[in-house]
Amino acid sequence: MDILTQQLINGLVLGSIYALVALGYTMVYGILELINFAHGEVTMFGAMICLAVIGALAANGAETNGLLIVALGLLAAIAVCMAIGFLIERIAYRPLRRAPRLAALITAIGMSIVLQNAAMLIWGKQYISFPPLLPLTRYEIGGAVITNLQIFIMILSCLLMAGLLLLIKRTRLGRAMRATAQAQDIAGLMGINVNTIISVTFVIGAALAAVAGVMVSAYYGLAHYFMGFTLGLKAFTAAVLGGIGNIAGAMLGGLLLGLIESFGAGYIGALTGGFLGSHYQDVFAFFVLILVLVFRPSGLLGERVVERA
Amino acid sequence: MIKHWQKWKHDRRTAWIAYIALGVVLLLLPFLTGGTLGRGWVRILDFTLLYIMLALGLNIVVGYAGLLDLGYIAFYAVGAYVYALLASPHFGLHLPFWALLPMGAGIAGLFGILLGAPTLRLRGDYLAIVTLGFGEIIRIFLNNLNAPINITNGPQGVNLIDPIAFGGFSFSQAHTFFGVSFPGIYAYYYLFLALALLIIFVSLRLQNSRIGRAWVAIREDEVAAEAMGINTRNIKLLAFAMGASFAGVSGGLFAGFQGFISPESFNLFESIIVLCMIVLGGMGNIGGVILGAVLLTIFPEALRYIGDLQDYLFGRTLVDAADLRMLIFGLALVLIMIFRPAGLLPSVRRRQEFGSDTSVLAQEQASLYDTRR
Repeated sequence: MDILTQQLINGLVLGSIYALVALGYTMVYGILELINFAHGEVTMFGAMICLAVIGALAANGAETNGLLIVALGLLAAIAVCMAIGFLIERIAYRPLRRAPRLAALITAIGMSIVLQNAAMLIWGKQYISFPPLLPLTRYEIGGAVITNLQIFIMILSCLLMAGLLLLIKRTRLGRAMRATAQAQDIAGLMGINVNTIISVTFVIGAALAAVAGVMVSAYYGLAHYFMGFTLGLKAFTAAVLGGIGNIAGAMLGGLLLGLIESFGAGYIGALTGGFLGSHYQDVFAFFVLILVLVFRPSGLLGERVVERA
Repeated sequence: MIKHWQKWKHDRRTAWIAYIALGVVLLLLPFLTGGTLGRGWVRILDFTLLYIMLALGLNIVVGYAGLLDLGYIAFYAVGAYVYALLASPHFGLHLPFWALLPMGAGIAGLFGILLGAPTLRLRGDYLAIVTLGFGEIIRIFLNNLNAPINITNGPQGVNLIDPIAFGGFSFSQAHTFFGVSFPGIYAYYYLFLALALLIIFVSLRLQNSRIGRAWVAIREDEVAAEAMGINTRNIKLLAFAMGASFAGVSGGLFAGFQGFISPESFNLFESIIVLCMIVLGGMGNIGGVILGAVLLTIFPEALRYIGDLQDYLFGRTLVDAADLRMLIFGLALVLIMIFRPAGLLPSVRRRQEFGSDTSVLAQEQASLYDTRR
């Protein structure tokens, strides 16, 4: 029973991180119908910037509270990632807004390669360890262990997601974003500055990605220039699972994917009599993805697209 | 300029002279390259030919039939693993090359159908994502199928693969004909060139066949194509199977040429690069696809010289060339797409169909992968 609870906790923590990244994919897709392949790299940049700031503060002998250092690192990461998100849209996607869709896909891939290699040039090829800034406390729930870091990750991502939902459902900006996603040209006719809205979407997505990047590298204690790639792929899977373009779907998809992965990794050995081991963890994400798309192509919460002749 | 080119192309004698000149250049290319740039570049030429075959296979799926496939490299992997497992000390089997290559193509084709069958309803981005997942699943299995029964030898890959050989003629050794010595990589060049020409020929014939036209019809409007009596299911499966079998052939050649394969060679990035080749060159256009494959194979290699360039410009190496080249590669992808979104050589068929007054770009916008319609 304790394994079950433990996997549930691990899955929820992982899932909330996936959900944050998935939001960036889904928002951009909702408006531009573009898979922003560079989004995973923005996540990685978030982790790297945070680490760089923490490192610089520590090198200058800043005797501050651990929490303050984390907050500074996080804020710097958010700020830089927002700028990166803005620039990506401006440089790579805006000139191609009316071009064939595959061209935009290729520039997205190009941007992803550029960001990855820029990070490699700046921070090197080796794994960077994330310093344990706060004392780790462990709590026991029904035989399973949960750390304060895990609780912190879950609370922060819940807050951010709730904030985003409020922003989109309740504010003028959110209404403009929804309108742009619905029909770009008509939103423009209604006096919405579509370009600004698209920029804002990218910037918000990048901010969430930065937080997710810091959280994931704090969780695993590692950061690497290549980490954004797999994370981005998983998060994208989560977005599709929930129904791409749908904000609540991305959150649901992220959580589900995290759960599926951790339960799958925990139980696959027992289920297949030891034939397949936990290193098949990554297969689950893609397997689920294929099943969902084959049986419900619009995702769990997505609306069905009726194909017209 | 295009009109001028076409007029010139229709002049038969000039065309023949051009073809003969091209043939002579292609035949002499390994010696020219080997003599000036060194043996390493002949190897790159061999790889270029492999990528041309691979790109032409993907062109059938994406360029002709309009099915966006991001897991294409999985079929290359299947071909390579079929060859490697049946012609290496790993299982102690050493099947002959002429049996292995069709087998690799066939099994890869089967995998193509395996992927195609459940995804028939999907289009555009959704199909791209499913195929991406499929490619990753294949790679993860190749990586992990070494326990409890060792099938693929896991991340270590398969080593000591038999080189390609016909009867007693091995392509990996040096041979001497008429007093001219051919090193192994030169012999491979001619083998790959012959197969690449065969694949180009098949692609060209397919383009104007009933099947090729059916593919284009599906790409342009699936519902209308079905209404006109095209069996969309079979035609789509055929596209997947055919593209996959091309990849299976080049995978087998890759395994025999390299002598070693591991799951590392078949990651998502490779799929993406092959897709970039055909989009960059001009989708659905064989000349464009070949151009894209050549450029994207040669360009990253040429960028290895930025170290020397830096020495020349600044007197010392500022940034390690190996680290910088992928950055430049990514930037180049972005820039080319911004300035030539329809590819360097856009499809001729579109130009023919719509006349020269509408720009190719506008047509591509209007129809290509527009799931919104």
